[in-house]
Amino acid sequence: MTATTQKQNPDAAVRSDVVVGHPKRPFKRYFRETGWRHLIGIAMSIFAAFPLLYVFSASLNPGGTLVTANSLFSNFSFESYVDLFNRPQQPYAAWFGNTLLIGGISSLGTVFLGALAAYAFSRMRFIGRRVGLLTLLLVQMFPQLLAVVAIFLLLSGISEIFPAIGLNSQIGLIMVYLGGALGVNTYLMYGFFNTVPSSIDEAAKIDGAGHARIFFTIILRLVAPILAVVGLLSFVGTTSEFVIASIVLIDPDKQTLAVGLYQFVSQEFSRNWSIFAAGAVLAAIPVMTLFLFLQKYIVGGLTAGSVK
Amino acid sequence: MTTPPETDPGPIRQSARAKRATRIADAASGGWKIVAIKILGLGVVDAIAIYALFVLVRSESWLVAGLVVAVTLLVNWIYFSRGKLPAKYLAPGLIFLAIFQIFVLLYSGYIAFTNYGTGHNSTKADAVNSLLLSSQNRVADSPNYRLTVLEQLGEISFLVTEPDGSVSIGGNERPLKEVQNAQLEGGVAVGLDGYTSLGFQDILGKQTEIAAISVPLTDDPNDGMLRTPDGSSAFLYTSSLEYDEAAGTMRDTNSGTVYSDIGTGAFTSDAGQELLPGWKIEVGLDNFVRAFSEDSIRGPLISVTVWTFAFAFLSVFTTFALGLFLAIVFNDKRMKSRKYYRIIMILPYAFPGFLSALVWAGMMNQEFGFINVVLLGGAEVPWLTNEWLAKGSILFVNLWLGFPYMFLVTTGALQAIPEELTEAATVDGAKPWAIFRFVKLPLLLVSVAPLLISSFAFNFNNFNLIYMLTNGGPRDVSAGVNVGATDILISMVYKVAFVGANRDYGLASAFAIIIFILVAGIAIISFRRTKSLEELN
Repeated sequence: MTATTQKQNPDAAVRSDVVVGHPKRPFKRYFRETGWRHLIGIAMSIFAAFPLLYVFSASLNPGGTLVTANSLFSNFSFESYVDLFNRPQQPYAAWFGNTLLIGGISSLGTVFLGALAAYAFSRMRFIGRRVGLLTLLLVQMFPQLLAVVAIFLLLSGISEIFPAIGLNSQIGLIMVYLGGALGVNTYLMYGFFNTVPSSIDEAAKIDGAGHARIFFTIILRLVAPILAVVGLLSFVGTTSEFVIASIVLIDPDKQTLAVGLYQFVSQEFSRNWSIFAAGAVLAAIPVMTLFLFLQKYIVGGLTAGSVK
Repeated sequence: MTTPPETDPGPIRQSARAKRATRIADAASGGWKIVAIKILGLGVVDAIAIYALFVLVRSESWLVAGLVVAVTLLVNWIYFSRGKLPAKYLAPGLIFLAIFQIFVLLYSGYIAFTNYGTGHNSTKADAVNSLLLSSQNRVADSPNYRLTVLEQLGEISFLVTEPDGSVSIGGNERPLKEVQNAQLEGGVAVGLDGYTSLGFQDILGKQTEIAAISVPLTDDPNDGMLRTPDGSSAFLYTSSLEYDEAAGTMRDTNSGTVYSDIGTGAFTSDAGQELLPGWKIEVGLDNFVRAFSEDSIRGPLISVTVWTFAFAFLSVFTTFALGLFLAIVFNDKRMKSRKYYRIIMILPYAFPGFLSALVWAGMMNQEFGFINVVLLGGAEVPWLTNEWLAKGSILFVNLWLGFPYMFLVTTGALQAIPEELTEAATVDGAKPWAIFRFVKLPLLLVSVAPLLISSFAFNFNNFNLIYMLTNGGPRDVSAGVNVGATDILISMVYKVAFVGANRDYGLASAFAIIIFILVAGIAIISFRRTKSLEELN
């Protein structure tokens, strides 16, 4: 399965949808052929969407607790969203900014480092290439969170000498995330780079382009879809990463949404449910928007071998 | 994953002329911009390295300083020499990979062989120091030392006028040293060149910081320390513990008990009483032996391991089954508005996972949750607090989280199976079920097997779901470590290392190594199954 076939299939299916149809079937036959499918579709849609509707309705119920959240859409007010930004103990705006910043920088860095390495593996022949690829395949089986204790101790060691990149520093956290950049994504990108014919490189070389120009101005543009997928997956991954973020970031002002909202909920679970719900809705918006817009790319990327 | 058509990525061996031509082309093409960016980038790297080196040398961390020098030289050599193209492209990622993925895994391996944790997180010298500090008592007939608090570059020092009139300066871990040029006022030193004397207001502002300072009287910590209750006069404090450096023992001067270093990383009396804090030592296989022989740890470890496998397997199985079922149901071209169902059904996948778990935790709350109060009309079903119900709830929530992914993946795989196969089977007289069972399913499994394995590996370490939904609970009270019925291995590592007052990094790392070995086993199986190694050229 390559990413391209995956991308086109849903499209084709949707188009044929419009053409094929039997509006004048008797109900019995209609039900046997497609009607029951709609019943399942409706049931699954309720199952899938209900928790999201629930949290949205809870967020519109200012001052609401877990109990009052049970009467769905009984109130319609955005007060909780305002309250959310006026809580000095829980600096939601800072969490939001930190999450976007850390997620954005890490995913950009991940894409860049991964693309550099994938280019080398795909286009160059050198000693240790096969071993290198094998090692990356192996390394990607061992997520960084296995070494969470060592990461914590390493960063606390670093912070005795350079507080700026040690514990309680966002730069330190980004560096840790970048450490996982090659392991997870290079193999995915390597496969895609291989689908770009190397005759393009050669033509450019004959025209006098050096390796850097070929890479930055030609190859990177041709592999843009996989860059988008890797960037998005890594963004989604970093924004919901909890384990490492929770041990590295100590000050509430420096924490990410995952850490902050978890502590918010565990401190006052049922009391400020409405405010938590508002925070959750806002936090989900950027990720969900990206996801729904780039859906087709993601499906292609997912089937090429990565999981959320 | 099928391999793309084999493309020859360039000649393997280049002739000398070709090499020269490449070099000329490179030199001619890059232009000054790329050179400028390269020099700028390397300049930044070198500047940071030099700063780091300066700090490291000052703190006498020679080994790390040597590593920084070596890496910096290597980076400069790679980027300033001609050729070495692969190295130029690989170096940045590899450096991060080496430090934050490979080194930390090896380092966990090392920590697993130490007693690192609460009470054992420093060197022996530090432990001696903090023991002496923590057991200080004011000497009953201590003379009154007149005192001025000084500050220099954010560091606080005590300027002390001793009863005999001589003036000395000292601070935390800096024994008193006599000074000559202090400014005197009525026989009391009030200032020193290069230092700022703190006034009454400043002292009030830094009260806690100043109260925590103890200045050693001499180099020998047994001589006692000066501390100040008010910032204007200091008294002599001596420790009730006395450290005998030659014998390496601590003696309690009140009770006369001798605590000696018996190799367990803490001073221990003959009766077996330990003085904490102790220090970090290598304990060999102790952590592993503890994990497998102490009943209160072995029991939970085994049940957690079993549950981890069961959870990962059942999660993959249930999500795949539902996803496949839906893919078949919606893979009918006669059905209208499939697009809309599809968008709604992938919503759970797009919603950030940690938030879903928190929202479900709210909905499954025993007293106030939506499921109990509204759907079940006030029944108090302990969804998250009963051992077995909690396990079921976790699988159910993971089904909600994971079925869209499997739905997308299997839809793609189903559509990739050629129509002709179905037609051929129909012509041969196969019934729909037989077509599915003997034609489609085998083909489907071939293409999704790698994804099922990676999904298994993901769920094996699905920390967020467990921790956010049940927090690993309900807690197993009989266990010797902080662990609950729904904890998986990785959340157990986290809880042993970071949750609660008693952190045990050594034991947590030993658990992590156990996970490492299990994952390596899965990796080997998955490599055999997917034959992905053969695709490498």
